[in-house]
Amino acid sequence: MGLAHINWFKYSSPQAFYPLAGRLTPWCAAAAILLIGVGLYIGLFVAPTDFQQGQSYRIIFVHVPAAWMSMFLYVAMALWAGLGLGLNARPSFMMAQAIAPTGALFTFLALVTGAMWGKPTWGAWWVWDARLTSELILLFLYGGVMLLRTSIDDSRRADRASALFALVGVVNVPIIYFSVRWWNTLHQGASVSMTAAPKMAATMLTAMLVMTLGFWMYSTAVILVRMRCVILERERQSSWGMPQSHRDAVEVH
Amino acid sequence: MSQPGMLAALREIIRRDLLLALRRRSDVLTTVMFFILVASLFPLGVGPEPAVLRTIAPGVLWVAALLSCLLSLSRLFTADYVDGVLEQMLLIPQPLSVLVIGKVTAHWLISGLPVVLLSPLLGLQFGLSGEVLGILTLSLLLGTPTLSFIGAIGAALTLGVRGSSVLIALLVLPLFIPVLIFGAGAVTSSASGIGAGAHLSLLGAGLLLAVVLSPWATATSLRIALE
Repeated sequence: MGLAHINWFKYSSPQAFYPLAGRLTPWCAAAAILLIGVGLYIGLFVAPTDFQQGQSYRIIFVHVPAAWMSMFLYVAMALWAGLGLGLNARPSFMMAQAIAPTGALFTFLALVTGAMWGKPTWGAWWVWDARLTSELILLFLYGGVMLLRTSIDDSRRADRASALFALVGVVNVPIIYFSVRWWNTLHQGASVSMTAAPKMAATMLTAMLVMTLGFWMYSTAVILVRMRCVILERERQSSWGMPQSHRDAVEVH
Repeated sequence: MSQPGMLAALREIIRRDLLLALRRRSDVLTTVMFFILVASLFPLGVGPEPAVLRTIAPGVLWVAALLSCLLSLSRLFTADYVDGVLEQMLLIPQPLSVLVIGKVTAHWLISGLPVVLLSPLLGLQFGLSGEVLGILTLSLLLGTPTLSFIGAIGAALTLGVRGSSVLIALLVLPLFIPVLIFGAGAVTSSASGIGAGAHLSLLGAGLLLAVVLSPWATATSLRIALE
């Protein structure tokens, strides 16, 4: 069978996606538990103690992956939102809707763990530096996207309006990413990059990457579950999405 | 039948909005009074210490300008939306973004320009000196149109939505933050003798970006709101 015979759009229908999401969720959840467990073990027990910061540096194994995910999920949400606006595809909007709360959660987690790390290291819970401020703006943007959606009753308009706002807000992501390079900030520069050798011990890097994969799998699992809820909520009028009791009642009449 | 060109349409929309504002002067005066009052509250709250006032002046005046812009934003499209004019405007042969540029320009002339012109006076009250006053005015001159352009997106998105006046603040204020940082930063760095060039350039770049992208985003939002 050649590539031409595959129906690429099979899972773009909510009805076909619903069972697929259900099948994938346990695998992603299991992978998340496994990876986060291994990552935490390496990070908390195997990785060496930092000679300057002592034990307190170990929060980075949660902080850095959470910050990465917060930006990655925003871009993913904006991408689905843009796809939805461009192709007028409802499932894309549903995906953007399902991603937003998880992205907000990781942004919040990155800010809180950053504060916990900042207190012993910088001596302050919060400093008004470019990276912290732009991450805070990211949290506000997630909030704005979700708030705009819930304030509009008509679901089609809610989808499109919040998608457009998500797209407008995407300009903030490169600002966060490059803030440590553009401004002289208290927040340290990137320790890991694609082009240069990492500035940390190999075990630390391993723990961080495993944790990132774990968070990724967690996000996928949670987003798929939320996606199923969104689909059911919106397809409750269709014959397949209706609860069984309703369906029986409809058939009797 | 010859159609009026885009520039003619633009001019007509600006003229109409200015005329409407002239007929309802209270709307314009509210914005300006709000700016003056908010800025005057700070010396009363913080205390009349000149050194302190000079330090907080850039931030306070910029935040006051930002809030007064926000105050008038919810009026940008609402009146036309309520009486159905906006729906008719969507049907004009000229691109919708031209209409948006016209309405935003009028909004800035009504609510932004008075703030810019008043800012040196309020700056004097905060004890700013000659050159810094000039930078303050210049930064507001570059920054307030950006605020109007960004705000138009929020105004269009929340059109006819319940609780829209609060929602618009929550949507637009995070997007205002970069303008605030560079605008207040320009004044602060000029006051401390570093020179405001870099900040003013960034403000100018922000304005250009907003002028290019915002009319398109606002036009799309208006179509979403009115379809």
